[in-house]
Amino acid sequence: MEESKNNNKVKKSMSIHARRAVAYIVLILVTFFCLFWFYVLFINATRSNGELQKGFSWVPSTHLIENFKNLSAGTLPIWSGLKNSVIVSGLSAILSVYFSAMTAYAIHAYDFKLKKFAYPFILMIMMIPTQVTALGFVKLIKNISLDDSLIPLICTTIAAPVTFFYMKQYMDSSLPMSLVEAARMDGCGELKTFNRIVMPIMKPALAVQGIFTFVSSWNNYFVPALVLQSDDKKTLPILLAQLRSADWLKFDMGQVYMMIAFSIFPVIVVYLFLSRYIVQGVALGSVKE
Amino acid sequence: MKTKRRGKVVRYNKWGYIFLIPFTAAFVIFQLIPLITTIYNSFFENYMSGLNQIGPTFVGLDNYKSLFSSGDIWTYAKNTMIMWIMCFIPQIVLSLLLGSWFSDVQLRLRGSRFFKAVIYLPNLIMASAFAMLFFTLFSDNGPINSLLMQIGFIDEPYKFLSHTWSARGLIAFMNCLMWFGNTTILLMAGMMGIDTSLFEAAQVDGANSRQVFWRITMPLLRPILVYVMITSLIGGLQLFDVPQILTNGTGAPMRSTMTLIMYLNKHLYSKNYGMAGALSVVLFIISAVLSLIVFRMVGSESRGEAKKWKKAKTTTK
Repeated sequence: MEESKNNNKVKKSMSIHARRAVAYIVLILVTFFCLFWFYVLFINATRSNGELQKGFSWVPSTHLIENFKNLSAGTLPIWSGLKNSVIVSGLSAILSVYFSAMTAYAIHAYDFKLKKFAYPFILMIMMIPTQVTALGFVKLIKNISLDDSLIPLICTTIAAPVTFFYMKQYMDSSLPMSLVEAARMDGCGELKTFNRIVMPIMKPALAVQGIFTFVSSWNNYFVPALVLQSDDKKTLPILLAQLRSADWLKFDMGQVYMMIAFSIFPVIVVYLFLSRYIVQGVALGSVKE
Repeated sequence: MKTKRRGKVVRYNKWGYIFLIPFTAAFVIFQLIPLITTIYNSFFENYMSGLNQIGPTFVGLDNYKSLFSSGDIWTYAKNTMIMWIMCFIPQIVLSLLLGSWFSDVQLRLRGSRFFKAVIYLPNLIMASAFAMLFFTLFSDNGPINSLLMQIGFIDEPYKFLSHTWSARGLIAFMNCLMWFGNTTILLMAGMMGIDTSLFEAAQVDGANSRQVFWRITMPLLRPILVYVMITSLIGGLQLFDVPQILTNGTGAPMRSTMTLIMYLNKHLYSKNYGMAGALSVVLFIISAVLSLIVFRMVGSESRGEAKKWKKAKTTTK
């Protein structure tokens, strides 16, 4: 009796060990498949064109700085591309989180007739892809002569249903109305209450959504490619597409890898420091009621 | 006293409208008006023939007729669906597996924070950069071919981008890589939300981990699974960046990787606004129907599980 119980225990712990081993093996494989490409990218960005023609290598070479100098002196306007990408993504992130928080606050804190209609409506339009309205969008900005300008790309993000939804969820869990009422008692105006009292409480949500908006705007290709035409307005994804459609065999491959690394580098740096909060943010948005 | 308070409440509540102005204005200008003009344009013949502008002339539903009768749309819809399925099935299997490991208290995996960070990383990488990277890595004389030859796996370079199924497979693989981390985190959060006493009870009854997974976790996870699947389908419809950059917009080989949005992009560039409009409207209707299903699900279970999952990312590919 005693023995069989013991046996059972051993069996059980064995199976846990076995499962754990399988889990680690799979996780290590998955990690390899996630990181391998970026490792090769890094290695290849340090190699000269001649070395790259010779084939694959696991070890870095010494041409990193040379490749970078060649790229920045080359025909692709990478610095204006970087500048445009930073402007569009940065301003999008700021406008999007500020106005989404404001919209969420309107729904959260006030009772008005259209509220019953507004909330489900925003949820409903959340999933409509921007691509299906691209035609009208391009025509519209041509009519108001904002084509080939960064402004329409930035201003669209003021109406961001996904960011709104996250803010609303966050308010439901972390913004006590008593605080708002106390501010009203003290004679604080509504806009001031929102800016001075609500926004500071929302900081964690603003940060998470700010990062998400920044990244998705940084990576955005479809609409910017339709809007931006002149070289000094183009963002990095468009330059990459241009590199792809050029006769790439003539290119110095070291520069090509360098260009790819250059466009994803900022996001990787941000992620190295903030990955914990970003991953938490993804999970949080789903768990928090 | 009462009337005074009421007056005050009303005075406050007008701010509800005021705070909604920016969102509403941006929505109307940048989404609603474009949607309406898109629909409007779909009823007009309007394209460039060489240097001549044809139209715009009202043609009713002719654009829709030629869209569906030309057959191209069916080919591209088929391509899109095939690549979505090739991406979604491995993605959901892997995500369920990883999610159940991460959320398993007994397993006590070390470094799970590191692993989560790693699997989420590809989601943040610029899709066009990722596609460009894969294009160079998997090109005929690229590093992958040379690596495979070095280890003696193949004798001569395999032309990944010249064969239908390897090109489709590559696109599906990239999308899977970019989205399985996101799905894993969503599913994991869902699994951790399941009442632990259910697992304990099952254990007392002597259920093994496989039984627990199939009999308890999966049934309780179903609403989230449906949510993940539909949002992924909506994202899959939008498949564009990766195949566009990888094949330079040609959908090579022989248009077998051409997706619906690439088709739309082609019409937009050639300024065939009538056809682009009709295609947009078709895509709009499909995604609206799918969204409505998600919306219903979330709405009907607003106090239940599904609402929690609503936020997430709208475009799980």
